[in-house]
Amino acid sequence: MTDLAVALILNGRPCEVRTPAHRTLLEILRDDLGASCLVLAPRAAGCQVTTVRGLGDGDRLHPLQEAFVTQGGIQCGFCIPGMILTAYAFLRDHPAASRAEIRRAIAGNLCRCTGYTKIIDAIASVVPGRGAGEPGAAGG
Amino acid sequence: MARPAAPSLRERLRVVDAWDKAQARTLYAADWQMPGMLHAAVARSPYPSARIRQIDTSRARALPGVAAVLLAQDVPHNTLWTDVPGQTSEVGPLRARIQVLAHEVVRFQGEPVALVAAETREIALQAAELIEVQYDPQPGVFDPEAALAAGAHQVHEGGNLLARLAVRRGDPDRALAQADVVIESVNRCQFIDHAYLEPEAGVAWIESDGVLTIRVSTQVIEHYRDVAEVLGLPQNRVRVIGTYLGGGFGGKEDVTVEVFLGLLAWRTRRPVKMIWSRQESLLARPKRHPFILRYRTGAARDGRLVAQAVDLLADSGAYAYLSALVLMYATVTAAGPYRVPHVAVDARVAYTNNPPTSAMRGFGAMQMVLGYESQMDQLARRLAIDPVELRARNALAKGDELPIGQPLDTHVAVIEAARRAWEALGPRRAPSTPAHRIGRGLACNIQPYGRIVWLHDWASAWVGFEMDGSLVVRTGTPDVGGGQAASLCQIAAEVLGLDPGRISIHIADSALTPLAGTTTATRQLYMSGNAVLRACEGLRRQIVDVAAQMLETHAHTVALAAGDAVTQDGRRVSLPKILRECARLGVSRSHLAVYHAPAGDPVDLERGGGRVFPDFTFGAHAVEVEVDTETGAVTVLRHVACHDVGRAINPQSVEGQIQGGAVMGLGYGLMEEVVLDHGVNLSTLFATYLIPTSLDVPDVEPIIIESGEGKGPFGARGIGEPPIAPPAAAVANAVDDAVGVRITELPVTPERVARALGLLGEG
Repeated sequence: MTDLAVALILNGRPCEVRTPAHRTLLEILRDDLGASCLVLAPRAAGCQVTTVRGLGDGDRLHPLQEAFVTQGGIQCGFCIPGMILTAYAFLRDHPAASRAEIRRAIAGNLCRCTGYTKIIDAIASVVPGRGAGEPGAAGG
Repeated sequence: MARPAAPSLRERLRVVDAWDKAQARTLYAADWQMPGMLHAAVARSPYPSARIRQIDTSRARALPGVAAVLLAQDVPHNTLWTDVPGQTSEVGPLRARIQVLAHEVVRFQGEPVALVAAETREIALQAAELIEVQYDPQPGVFDPEAALAAGAHQVHEGGNLLARLAVRRGDPDRALAQADVVIESVNRCQFIDHAYLEPEAGVAWIESDGVLTIRVSTQVIEHYRDVAEVLGLPQNRVRVIGTYLGGGFGGKEDVTVEVFLGLLAWRTRRPVKMIWSRQESLLARPKRHPFILRYRTGAARDGRLVAQAVDLLADSGAYAYLSALVLMYATVTAAGPYRVPHVAVDARVAYTNNPPTSAMRGFGAMQMVLGYESQMDQLARRLAIDPVELRARNALAKGDELPIGQPLDTHVAVIEAARRAWEALGPRRAPSTPAHRIGRGLACNIQPYGRIVWLHDWASAWVGFEMDGSLVVRTGTPDVGGGQAASLCQIAAEVLGLDPGRISIHIADSALTPLAGTTTATRQLYMSGNAVLRACEGLRRQIVDVAAQMLETHAHTVALAAGDAVTQDGRRVSLPKILRECARLGVSRSHLAVYHAPAGDPVDLERGGGRVFPDFTFGAHAVEVEVDTETGAVTVLRHVACHDVGRAINPQSVEGQIQGGAVMGLGYGLMEEVVLDHGVNLSTLFATYLIPTSLDVPDVEPIIIESGEGKGPFGARGIGEPPIAPPAAAVANAVDDAVGVRITELPVTPERVARALGLLGEG
């Protein structure tokens, strides 16, 4: 199989990898570039790619990462990079999101440890003026 | 924020692992890379029951890039035993045998038949496909009742009955005959999967000193002994390094990839990585035991229980794994957290050609809750007694004996938990449409923590000061994501008056950390917690004695606080100075402690019984649901979960365990099921095996009771398993409250509710 050259901008730095077309972005990020994704790698060509390591600033956590730590949103941690990035992208587009909207926004990311409440608490805590808010029902 | 100084005992902050996980710096088992590393794959049986006529590996071996292909005959000792290493067990080892690779016979779909190691994962998977196995499919048996019938297909030689346990207390037949009311029910619960987000994975290599080293996602690093036994190596030539797990829930208690990795690394003399796909994990890993629960409960008119007769039948699938122990947990807790003067329990577990079942959070005790709490709810309805009041009239109390004869010697918080959970539901909501009905359900539970007393459980930990006053903790505890390492650091910080930021902890390395046993059975806070507590108390005595000499006072007047030794009148000396003085005097700056749990001899449950477990955790969950009377859909609107945790070492972590366990319990109650068709698994993708998303469950409101009476450090009780147990029964009870139908089979799907409501016609 012929490898493709894929140029992308990873956490602000240009880089290029050679990869077979069927590999996912997750595989090249994790195995080749040390970072993670379900998108086929060639689709990322020319794109800006931000991973959870690109959110903070060196030894300082991004406020969303900090909220996950301080609100107890992290147990085994396996789902956390996906959760944080989903929340990051969602809050960038919906800076005044309600708790119910946050609950819907993370519905595509599975977590088996936390029961989601503390993850939603963490995300809600960085919405200005919202705090952890009132508990919600399923589907709400 | 910059890397923070870590919390003291009562602060709501976890740092040991959460900081790294928030930045994706944690290297899970699959993340490990080594030069020259091979990639491994497993060839598995497509049949649930077959004889192997012939295996041809020539095409697989000929594939460029293939380094090794192994069959059963290549495995030095092709047997794994159920016995959890390092501890003893009464499970008959002959009956508990598991073949590493299938030899002559396959007994379940997905049973491993061959191993491959190759230069890439793609080549390894392709080679596994090229292994040609000729099977003679055999008849099988797929239901535990059918398995115990005369003439059933024999899964193993010697019959399909794997284990049987019984309890007899008083005269239940007579008491049932004389009871004012008798409630009878049959409940069935299903196969489910752990569905941790991290599938099984690991890397093995041979160290420069010749030690076979395996870095693996496991709840039990002591499996190094199993690897040694299978390979025929001395046990001290195999080392297991446990990673931070991406979830375990009992599914990484039995051996997963480590034996396969050991075999392939030993054969190829190269590092080898094995990662199971989601499909492979859902297909072939042991599941939760399905049970058929037959209950008859007799009571007086005032609601007091007089007798209970329970018949339990569980499906072990094709191998024993931990089934006999699961049956013990079920049998001991079958009557629930209630006083019942006359009890009979008859419990059996049978082999079938279904996937094996073994440990999963709740371990037999959780399945019983549907049985005893459905009975309590039906009894309350029959006698028109408030559900909380009925439970309060029957709840066990400290000083009572369980039907198995074990006295309860710590606080029993069932009544308080039931009242507080029920009251916290608040005002009843109005239905969202005229087609909807609101209902409420309650379920209480009893769950052991710590291992069966005749397993003689122990855990060890080492703590030592560096010269600068920073502390090192070493203990074999695997961290499954429940904050195990962080809680141990908090205990050390509390005893030694240290900022937790001054503590480094090294865990889960069978060669370099003192063994602490399994992260299972809700035992680590109890066991490793007590070991770390004792190690720190020993170290504290050593340090304080020297500090007292330096401060010219008595040791009992010296406290350790903020990295100094301090006298009552405020004079201080710093830890580095004390440690230099220790060095000069030859006083050790470290302490190794072994905590032995209270042990006892095996008891005969049928003849009086006695102590089986160290202690129990009690709780109650209350839910409010809305049922759609047109579709049968059940939505959980509120969920309150209350447990007595003795003392919350880390309240935020305790809340997280309660919330996460409750949601896993709702998944079990509402949606999860491994669907099998004659042993063929139809639920091998997350598209077909559904676990709760954020939209399927409500926020769970935790209520923590701190009775101060637990057997863990500072009076803590274990809380890892207990919260998973009540939700399914609470939901079934709430559905009955809402629409007046009793769902007896899990999960409570819209189809089952609709059928019970008569919406689907007959049949």
